[in-house]
Amino acid sequence: MPGILIRNAFVIDPLSGVKGEVMDIAIRDGKIVEEASTDAVVIDAARCLTLPGGIDSHSHVCGTKVNFGRYMSPEDMRAGRTARKGVMHVTSGYSVPTTFGNSYRYSTMGYTTILEGAMAPLEARHTHEEFTATPHQDMLANTLFDGNWSIMEAVKEKDVKRAAAVVAWTLSAVKGFAIKLTNPGGTEAWGWGGDVNSIHDQVPHFGVTPAEIIGTMIQANELLNLPHSVHLHCNNLGVPGNYQTTLETIGLVPDLNRDRQSLYLTHVQFHSYGGSTWRDICSKSEDVARAVNNTPQVVMDMGQIMFGRTTTMTADGPMEFKLYMLHHNKWSNHDVELETGSGITPVYYGRKSLVNCVMWSIGLELALLAKNPWQCLLSTDNPNGAPFVKYPEIIALLMSRRFRENERKMIDPRTEHFVPLFAIERELDWYEIAVMTRAAQAKALGITRIGKGYLAPGAEADVAIFPLKPDEIDPSVDYQQVMAGFSRTRYTIKRGRVVARDGEVVVEGANSTIWTRANVPPAYDMSSDPEFTKKFEQYYTVRMRNYPVQDIYLPRGVRIDTEASL
Amino acid sequence: MKIEDVVCPFCGCLCDDLVVQVEGNRVVNVENGCTLANEKFMGDHRLETPIRRSGKKWERISYDEAIAETAGILLDADRPLLYGWSGTYGEAQTIGVHLAEVLGAVIDNTSTVCHGPSIMAIQEVGHPGCTLGQIKNRADVVIYWAANPIEAHPRHMSRYTTFADGFFVKNAFRERKVIVVDVRETDSSQIADEFVKVNPGGDYAILSALRAIVRGKRDIIPPNVEGVSREQLFRVAEICMAAKFGAIFFGVGLTMASGKYKNIRNAIELTEELNRHTKFTISPMRGHWNVYGSNEVFTWITGYPYAVDFARGIAFYNPGETTSVDILRRGECDACLVVASDPGAHFPRACAEHLARIPTIQIDPHVNATTHLSQIQIPVAVTGIDAEGTAYRMDGVPLRTRKLFQGSHPDDLEVLEKIYAIVREAKG
Ligand code: SF4
Ligand SMILES: [Zn+2]
Repeated sequence: MPGILIRNAFVIDPLSGVKGEVMDIAIRDGKIVEEASTDAVVIDAARCLTLPGGIDSHSHVCGTKVNFGRYMSPEDMRAGRTARKGVMHVTSGYSVPTTFGNSYRYSTMGYTTILEGAMAPLEARHTHEEFTATPHQDMLANTLFDGNWSIMEAVKEKDVKRAAAVVAWTLSAVKGFAIKLTNPGGTEAWGWGGDVNSIHDQVPHFGVTPAEIIGTMIQANELLNLPHSVHLHCNNLGVPGNYQTTLETIGLVPDLNRDRQSLYLTHVQFHSYGGSTWRDICSKSEDVARAVNNTPQVVMDMGQIMFGRTTTMTADGPMEFKLYMLHHNKWSNHDVELETGSGITPVYYGRKSLVNCVMWSIGLELALLAKNPWQCLLSTDNPNGAPFVKYPEIIALLMSRRFRENERKMIDPRTEHFVPLFAIERELDWYEIAVMTRAAQAKALGITRIGKGYLAPGAEADVAIFPLKPDEIDPSVDYQQVMAGFSRTRYTIKRGRVVARDGEVVVEGANSTIWTRANVPPAYDMSSDPEFTKKFEQYYTVRMRNYPVQDIYLPRGVRIDTEASL
Repeated sequence: MKIEDVVCPFCGCLCDDLVVQVEGNRVVNVENGCTLANEKFMGDHRLETPIRRSGKKWERISYDEAIAETAGILLDADRPLLYGWSGTYGEAQTIGVHLAEVLGAVIDNTSTVCHGPSIMAIQEVGHPGCTLGQIKNRADVVIYWAANPIEAHPRHMSRYTTFADGFFVKNAFRERKVIVVDVRETDSSQIADEFVKVNPGGDYAILSALRAIVRGKRDIIPPNVEGVSREQLFRVAEICMAAKFGAIFFGVGLTMASGKYKNIRNAIELTEELNRHTKFTISPMRGHWNVYGSNEVFTWITGYPYAVDFARGIAFYNPGETTSVDILRRGECDACLVVASDPGAHFPRACAEHLARIPTIQIDPHVNATTHLSQIQIPVAVTGIDAEGTAYRMDGVPLRTRKLFQGSHPDDLEVLEKIYAIVREAKG
């Protein structure tokens, strides 16, 4: 391959300390290099904004529940259809696009890496099959441990090392990337139709609390030296007054890692509600943002909602049932034996719904009130808050107070009494947006070690060039242009190849799947632990030998090895 | 050679604990399997080479010839149909969908004649379900509705329900109540704690009555509903509401009875209603071992579980219009590729007759009813015996079937990839 030389790029590369410089970027053999080869293809970036490839650190795009969202929603499939064109397959879907739909749309927005937010270990093979059919992004899978029986038993025994050993075995068996806890304890309670309502509630039968599960798993995660921290979907999602739960949870987090956070809190918008009912729900973004500002060992993502139709889907089965009881839309549920749950229901977020307007405000407030952009990442919990194609609009809202004021006129006029949004003057700049959409993700996920999220020599050549000239436009005023610019790159380069141009994918993709293997001493190898294997044989409906995901499911697997401190 | 933990490629239970004894390229013994499994592994009499109809006789042809001719027929067709898929593995289904895309064909799977109506109901109201282990470990009430597992899914009861001891249900046989609802007595109804015998076509009314009772409207229930006494309905509703975890399984008896998808919708809504009181789930008893996999694969690529029409470039789905039975009945289809299923045995007569009139090609290891309607048959390896790949159990759990020996036939994927390559080349 001759390589690429990008000339005249307006580069923001936060991890390398580049805050907006016009420079050249040389690419060879899939990597950023010091100097391009003489036969390199030259791309004139014409002072356009050039960033590392986008990284989504929490999105639902592949696996059992995502596919069920498609399966049950022909109306959503009809809402976004494209025909086969060039190398592009047919796509369907608006809020839950088909795998190729997700991949092309992300790619044309400059995204080159996506973390699937929730993979049930038992159904991991499915997630990996869909990863392969999402060819333009490198994929990672958060692996669910929230209702894992062996974990809860270890927590009960206060045996952090055993919890770590179970995690190590499972991640390596299912080719997962990180520990995900979704409503810890709540998904097990949902096995009986119940839930937990605070971090100190007991999980039925297991006699442990969410706080204990979270605390143990944070410790276990660090014993295994995993690249990412525990990735937490807090208890009480979507419940008025839940900000207390969120604050209590943040209060639990020790600072155990020099290089990154010790806990990643996902879609915090859904966890920052005051009030006690849907009538008096209000924003507690100030309290939550303050806690995050004072707790450098946590990172959050926004979980912004945007107005319109979407599909909610999460491992949080009891929450989806509550949502169903509220809206009486169609509802699916899928509990996974010994591990977790999940649920799906479509929603419509309306500008005329005060509750929805409050939610909309909270997400933006979190981003505007978080002092450190490295601690607040841009997300919609795709597609729960909105499909990811809304990211450019969110960026524009964060960069332009004028845009926010215009929106204010369109929403329920009572909103301003329940939220601080319109008193906030802050407008984010290009640099902060670059942090919140790629650099901070790479750091939080711990994947800078494999060359993700920056553009210095040695990095993976994942680059996005946007039709936006930072010297010429004022995002505060030209927010429409900002939105359009972030919607389709001029060029998306993935591992040194131009994969998308001006909104069209131009080559067939060849992604990687990134997973983690923590090497443990033999005494902690669960595959030969009598109790663990016996449990397996007795209670799972799949034989232990048939459970691990075979290598063939990861045609281009990238394994991150760690040495466990056990 | 003894191979353990073998996945059975026969029914939707996808049992993965078989022990298979292989000698050369022949299975000589199967342990743990039911009679259906034994028949699948041991009674495997293959067609040896591709064959083509020539007048009243069959002639043997080479794979290359058969593949080239198949591609030619598909390329010539105006309205090709690619049907079947439930008996092959996911990777082959994937190529099937891409082939349909390039051809502008209709692709459909066997759901069209089994749980298609269940899918339509789910698309209206959703599906509260779970994996089978959740039921094994927790359920104290199990209902089989218009399903006879002993005959169609012989190990369903022993692996997942009636006789399967679990974590919270230590002695399943004693602690778990089994209710069977059906229009006739069956082997399964005989071991039920409660057998509800419904008049044919009466399921919808029974479901509605149960929903009313669960909603607290006992007084509107007449003394007898479709052959079932009010007392029994009250009793059944009480058992359900007193359950800690209840699970309904329904069979094609419910999807294909009068009322069709409305029956399923009603059953799902009953399940939702019960969830306001306790925990309840509902699951279709999927028949072919990987029919659910074909729904999954179709869905992530096209957005729809079956009956996908690419004629207009985009993926279009409208059961009743784009379903294969309807396309054949209207005489629209002018070439058909059948993969890993036997429409000759399962389709209405008019459809089978149409298949015999047009060039029909079958990719299948065995001579079956469809062979008699086909122009060409291409034999392949049997997935789960001499080919391996992904399959989805009836509850969505994906497993990888094993390849037990190296046989002499190519597998579905190899044959389909070659057809796809020719078609892509021709379409530019
Ligand atoms: S129940 Fe079904 S999957 Fe299990 S052994 Fe019998 S035929 Fe095979
Ligand atoms: Zn999520």
